[in-house]
Amino acid sequence: MDKYYSKLNDYLFSIVNKNEIIITNFSGENSQFIRFNNSKIRQTGIVDDMNFSITLLLNKRKSSISMTLSGKENKDLLLLRSYLDKLRIDMQNIPEDPFIVFPTLSDSSKEIYTGSLLNFDSAADYLVPIMQGVDLTGIWASGKIFSGNANSLGLHHWFETDTFSLDYSLITPSKKMVKACFAGTKWNQNEYEEYITDSKKKLELMNKEPIKIKPGDYRTYIAPSGVSDLIDMFSWGGISEAAIQQGDSSLIKLKTLEEKLSPCFSLTEDFSNGTVPRFNGTGEIAPEKLPLIIAGSLKNTLVCSRTEKEYKVQTNYATSDESLRSPVMSPGNLNEESILSNINEGVYLSNLHYLNWSDKIGGRVTGMTRYACFWVENGEIIAPIENMRFDDTIYNIFGNHLENTTNKTYLIPNIGTYEGRGLGGIHCPGIMLSSFSLTL
Amino acid sequence: MGREVVSTLNLNKVLKNINIDADWIGLRHVKESTTYRVIRDGNPEENNTNIEHGIMVEVLVNGQFGYYGTHRLDSNSINHAAQKAYDIAKNAAKYSIHSFSNSVRPKSIGEYNSPYKIKSLDLDQLMDILIKSNILLRGSKKIISATSMARIVNMEMNFISSNGSNLKQNFLYVGPGFRTIAQDGDIIQSRSYMDQCKQIGMEMFDEEFVMKKCESICKEAVELLHADECPNENMDLVLHSDQMLLQIHESIGHALEVDRILGDERNYAGWSFVNLDDFGKLKYGSDIMNITFDPTIPSEFASYGFDDTGNKATKEFIIKNGILQRGLGGLESQERAKIKGVANVRSCSWNRAPIDRMANLNLEPGNSTFDEMIESVEKGIFMQTNRSWSIDDFRNKFQFGCEYAKLIENGKLTKTVKNPNYRAISTPFWNSLKKVGNSDTFDVYGTPYCGKGEPNQCVRVGHASPACVFNNIEIFGGA
Repeated sequence: MDKYYSKLNDYLFSIVNKNEIIITNFSGENSQFIRFNNSKIRQTGIVDDMNFSITLLLNKRKSSISMTLSGKENKDLLLLRSYLDKLRIDMQNIPEDPFIVFPTLSDSSKEIYTGSLLNFDSAADYLVPIMQGVDLTGIWASGKIFSGNANSLGLHHWFETDTFSLDYSLITPSKKMVKACFAGTKWNQNEYEEYITDSKKKLELMNKEPIKIKPGDYRTYIAPSGVSDLIDMFSWGGISEAAIQQGDSSLIKLKTLEEKLSPCFSLTEDFSNGTVPRFNGTGEIAPEKLPLIIAGSLKNTLVCSRTEKEYKVQTNYATSDESLRSPVMSPGNLNEESILSNINEGVYLSNLHYLNWSDKIGGRVTGMTRYACFWVENGEIIAPIENMRFDDTIYNIFGNHLENTTNKTYLIPNIGTYEGRGLGGIHCPGIMLSSFSLTL
Repeated sequence: MGREVVSTLNLNKVLKNINIDADWIGLRHVKESTTYRVIRDGNPEENNTNIEHGIMVEVLVNGQFGYYGTHRLDSNSINHAAQKAYDIAKNAAKYSIHSFSNSVRPKSIGEYNSPYKIKSLDLDQLMDILIKSNILLRGSKKIISATSMARIVNMEMNFISSNGSNLKQNFLYVGPGFRTIAQDGDIIQSRSYMDQCKQIGMEMFDEEFVMKKCESICKEAVELLHADECPNENMDLVLHSDQMLLQIHESIGHALEVDRILGDERNYAGWSFVNLDDFGKLKYGSDIMNITFDPTIPSEFASYGFDDTGNKATKEFIIKNGILQRGLGGLESQERAKIKGVANVRSCSWNRAPIDRMANLNLEPGNSTFDEMIESVEKGIFMQTNRSWSIDDFRNKFQFGCEYAKLIENGKLTKTVKNPNYRAISTPFWNSLKKVGNSDTFDVYGTPYCGKGEPNQCVRVGHASPACVFNNIEIFGGA
C-alpha cells in the first residue's frame, strides 16, 4: 500500500506550482468485524477503506480536502488533480492565517508490523466455541491498518500494522457484567481460550446478590481500565496548551498553580512502545518521551506548531487537536495482592462509564461505575454494588485523595472505531483513593 | 460547496452482474461531501472538505446477513465484495442469533430530498458572515476566545436490492456553531449556539439572525462572570427547548432503542431499564407527556423518506399520555422482539451496517405559555443550553449541566446564576413533568454527534420540543 501512496504523491508533487506546498495524508484499513450477542453472531462484515487528503499551503493561506480513493490508479490520479484545482480556487476566497505552519524537511520514517491474524472466512469457527455456556456480548475486529504522511518538500512517513481485538462483556442472568479485551498482533488459540476461561471465572464473583450503597464519600480503588477513562479526559479540554490558553481546559488551575496534583501521579507521552505512529498530520515527529505531569507538577502541555506561533509556547509536535496519543502513567508501589486489604472498607471499581466534565474549569468530572464493582469490608469482597454516579475533581482523584498507585501498569487498548480502527492505548496502573464522591 | 455529482455508477447493472447464490442482495451507494469552515479569534482555523464515497454490499444467506463495505467502485471489486460477504455470512449462519428472511428488507421505491430555500452561498460570502460574527462574539474585552463555524453536508444515497427496491435520497445538512469564552480573574464562563443543525439551505446563515445570536451569546457570557453560583437544593426546574434536546435524547431515545433492550449494545453503549413487557404498560412520564418518532418534519435534522433497510418512514407515537406505546426498533428488532417499532435502521455511512437509531424524537407541544410556566413556580430555576451530559448504561441515573440559568422566585425570573446542574433518575423525572409549553415555546434542534454501535457509528439526530417544567429536582452548582 505504501507503494500506491508513493505513486499518488509522485504525481501530485510533480504538478505543484512554484510557492505552493502540499502535505498529503493517507489512511485506511481492511478490517473484519463480528458482533456478538449472547455468544451468538448478530452482525458480520468486512470494511475495505482508503482515504487520501491534500493540504495546500500558499501565501499564508491553507485549505484541505480529503477523499475516499477508488484504488484504481488512473481514476485516483484524475481525482487528485481535480481536487487540487478546487483547492486552488478556494484559496482565493479564504483569509490569511497569521499562524499558518509550513512543513520542514526532516527525517522520513517507515514502520511495518506484520501480524498473524485469523482468516476472515473462518474466524467465527475459532472464536465462538469457547464462548458457549455464558452470555458474551462484544465485537471482534481484525485486520490491517495503515497511515502515511508526505509533503512536496520530500518527507515521507509510513506506518502499517496488523492487529486484532475481541472486546467483550460477560453477563449474568441478573444483569451483572465483567468486561475484558483480548487484543494483540499474533493470534494464539490457546491464549485466547485461556483468557475467555479466566473471564468466565471472574463472572462467578458477580453471582452474589448486589448491594445498594448510599451516596457519600468512600475509600475507593479504581482498576486500570477505569483509570484509563480518567486519563482519556485529559485529551478533552485538558492537557492541550491551546485549550488552556483559550480558557477551555480542566488543567488551567494546575498551570496557574492554584491547584496541585499528588506526588504519586506522573504522566508521560511515551512512543517507545511503537504502538502508534510518532508523526502528526503535518509530518512532524514527536519526541520519543515527553514528561507531562511529574510527581504532581505540570512539566509540559501538548503543543502543536500552530499553538507555538499563536501563543509563543515551544512546540512538541503534538497533533493539531493536542490530544494524548501514547500516554503512560507511572506505577507506584502498591502490590496488587494488597489492594483489598488496603481498601479495608470501601469500594473496588473495575470500570467507569460515560465520563464528562461537570465543571471543566473546576476540574470536576462525572460518570458512572460499570461492570465488576464491589463493596469491600475487612479487606474482603462482600458483594457487587449497584451502579453509582460519581462526581469529583481530578484535583482530588489525582491529587489530595490519591494515596498510591499499583506497582504494575497495563495497556488498555484503544478499540475505538468511529473513524476507522484505533491504534495504541493507555498504559496505567490502578489507583487507591482515600475518598471518592458517589452522588446518586 | 455545491452538491457534488454522484459518479455514474449503474447500480442496476452492477447488481445484475453479481453472481452469488444469496437469498437477498442489497447495494447502498453513498457519496457524502462535508465542508467545514472555522474562524477562531478572527483567524481561519479550518478550511476543510471531506468527500466519503463507497458502497455497502449486504447479502442474506441462510438467515444471516453479511456485509462488505468497499471503496472500490468497479464492477469486479463489487462482485468480489459480494462473494466475501456471502462467504462470511454463510459461515456465521451456523452461529446466528436470529434467522432472518428478506421480509426485513421490504421492496420500496421512492425518493426523498431535503428542503431548502438557498442551495449555496459563495465561499467569500460565507467567510464574510463567519468573520463578522466572530467580531461580535468578541464584543467585550472580557472575551478570551470565540469560534464561528459552518458545517455543510451534501449526502446522496442510492439503494437497490434483489427484491426490487430502488431508493434515492438526497440530503442537505447545515450546522452552525458559535461559541464565546469570557474570563475575569479566575472565573471563566462560556455561551454557545451549536445544536440547531437542520436539513435546510444556506438561509441558516442569514446575516441578521446570525449577528443577533452572536451579540446575545457574547452578552450572556460576560453576564455569567458576575453571576452567583447556582444553589444546591431541590426546586422546580424549567428547561428551555434547547436543553430538552439532550433530555429527550439521553433519557428517552437511547432507553427505547430496541437493539439495546435486546442486548446488542451491552458491551458498549449499554442496556436499558426498559423491558420488552413494558410496552403498552410502563408509565414513563406524567399524563401530559407525548413523545413521537417523526421523520416527516420538514427541516428537522434526521428526517428521511426511508430507513437504510428500505422501510418507509412514518410518524408514530412512542409515548402517549405518559404510557409507553412502541419501541425505537426497525424491522429486524421488531421481528426479534415481537413488539411494534418504527423505520429507524440507519448507518453513518457506506462503511457501516445499519442498526436501530433514534432519528427525530420529539416532545409534542402542550398548552402552557412560557409566562404561565414561570408564574406556576414558587421556587425554581430556568436552565438553557447543555454543556455537560452523562447517564448510566441502563439509562437511569443522569446528570446534566447547562451554560446559563436564572432563578425563579414567586413566579418571576430573577437573578442569573452560573454552573447550573441537575441530576435525577429517568422515569421519576419524567413523571415529575408538570407543565408542557405550547407551540410558541417549541423549537427544532439537531446534532450530528450521536454515538453508538460496534463498530462505532456517529449519526445525526433531531429533537424538537417545547419548554417544560419539572417538579422538585435536585439542583447544584460548580466545583
